[in-house]
Amino acid sequence: MQKALVSVTGKDKPGIIAKVSTALFEMNVNVLEISQTILDGYFTMLMIVDVTNADAPIADVAVRLNEVGEELGEVINIQRTDVFDAMHRI
Amino acid sequence: MIEVNEILQTMQMIREQHFDIRTITMGISLLNCKKNTDRETAEAVYEKVTSKAKNLVRVGCELESELGVPIVNKRISVTPVSMISGNDPLPIAIALDKAAQEVGVNFIGGFGALMHKGSTRAEEILLEAMPEVFAKTERLCGSVNVGSTRSGINMDAVRKMGHVIKKTAELTADTDGFGCAKIVVFCNAVEDNPFMAGAFHGVGEPEVVVNVGVSGPGVVERALKEVRGETFDVVAETIKRTAFKITRVGELVAQEAAARLGVPFGIVDLSLAPTPARGDSVAYILSEMGLEMTGAPGTTAALAMLNDMVKKGGVMASSHVGGLSGAFIPVSEDIGMIEAAAAGCLRLEKMEAMTCVCSVGLDMIAIPGDTSANTIAGIIADEAAIGMVNNKTTAVRVIPAPGKKAGDTVNFGGLFGFAPIMEVNGYKNDAFIQRGGRIPAPLHSLRN
Repeated sequence: MQKALVSVTGKDKPGIIAKVSTALFEMNVNVLEISQTILDGYFTMLMIVDVTNADAPIADVAVRLNEVGEELGEVINIQRTDVFDAMHRI
Repeated sequence: MIEVNEILQTMQMIREQHFDIRTITMGISLLNCKKNTDRETAEAVYEKVTSKAKNLVRVGCELESELGVPIVNKRISVTPVSMISGNDPLPIAIALDKAAQEVGVNFIGGFGALMHKGSTRAEEILLEAMPEVFAKTERLCGSVNVGSTRSGINMDAVRKMGHVIKKTAELTADTDGFGCAKIVVFCNAVEDNPFMAGAFHGVGEPEVVVNVGVSGPGVVERALKEVRGETFDVVAETIKRTAFKITRVGELVAQEAAARLGVPFGIVDLSLAPTPARGDSVAYILSEMGLEMTGAPGTTAALAMLNDMVKKGGVMASSHVGGLSGAFIPVSEDIGMIEAAAAGCLRLEKMEAMTCVCSVGLDMIAIPGDTSANTIAGIIADEAAIGMVNNKTTAVRVIPAPGKKAGDTVNFGGLFGFAPIMEVNGYKNDAFIQRGGRIPAPLHSLRN
């Protein structure tokens, strides 16, 4: 399974989860886990997603999420979780 | 499953503490490019570099976007050009510069020679050509190895490099002698260093290879903030843990890049490489250890520990560690070093002491434009002696900025930063440098 982390940073407001999840659903990306936290005073939502069967490569998913981010006024990034595994797991 | 706090820690490293992969460097052998004439050789060189490295930048950008870790530079190192050049190395230099531009890398290293024990005719010609080459090319870098622990120091080469640096500065006077930022004089040069300007593809290397240089002084500085007032035991452990984490990402990028490019993975270089950005400084790590500024008494000890702990943490995190692997202490590329030099806290002699324990040597140091070629040669000889005796790599990259004097400032822009001109001891050494010949290898070179 190829996992990725979607991070949404900005102001908390209604509809963030709905809009991001919809966009991911439309690209056949499955959401595995969601958590929310405050990072340096900013609302931060972290989603672990499964991109194994995604319709598009991660770079294209990132472009779509950027568009959603612009509509919402949030910064949305996606990156493979391999970096976190490499750094924190032996 | 990865914990939220671990994710946040990594995100902070990247977003706030300037953690990045400093370079993916593709090493390419040019040994089969030698033809009957230098012009034909130049054509073969251009063909080979542009074909082997055609996907380098694309793969680097893909990995950057997928992994979410900045990969700042994509670069190329090649076989020392003196091994394939003849009477006129200029066309080969221009071909390399053009090839770098064509594939989109900002620097290509290897216009140099290995002369630690003596020189060939081609090497002599290449040295003569260096000033013109670095004035005429944009992306080409070069290095010359003038000494090694095994063979001693070639003092003829040392003397000549003093003149090469001086002349290069004069030919690039309109940019404050920037041409000299592309020349490194080594003792114990390594064959797999991915960092510029000293990268070259050694003769013991495979046809093509990928080496990766990590970075992250800001991450180490931040980690040390958490242990203020603790003992050195705790400081050492903290640096090790941080270096381990940074290097693991370097290893991941190196393995993926090599697989996608279809070339062997060489090494990960663990070096902490600073940039002029605030919060990306090796000097600030030393300050965080408790020194008011780099250069204060205790600096050499602090740097020695930092350098060693970076290695100890990093070496477990990568299957193959190589290159220079330690802490770089360039002046113009590190805001904390710039501040210390400008304040007069950090002087050339203290830097020399620091090079005994850092990963390389006197790096990106601007000196007065009227510094003589022999004085520069003397600085090179001193550094080479430190490297030779201590069995480590040392290097000199100094810029005698034409028309500038101690206390003035030069600005090279971008990653090269800016620097105050540092004072140089003006007492003469002409009779010493004019002797020529070789300083024999030290006793401990005889290890067989």
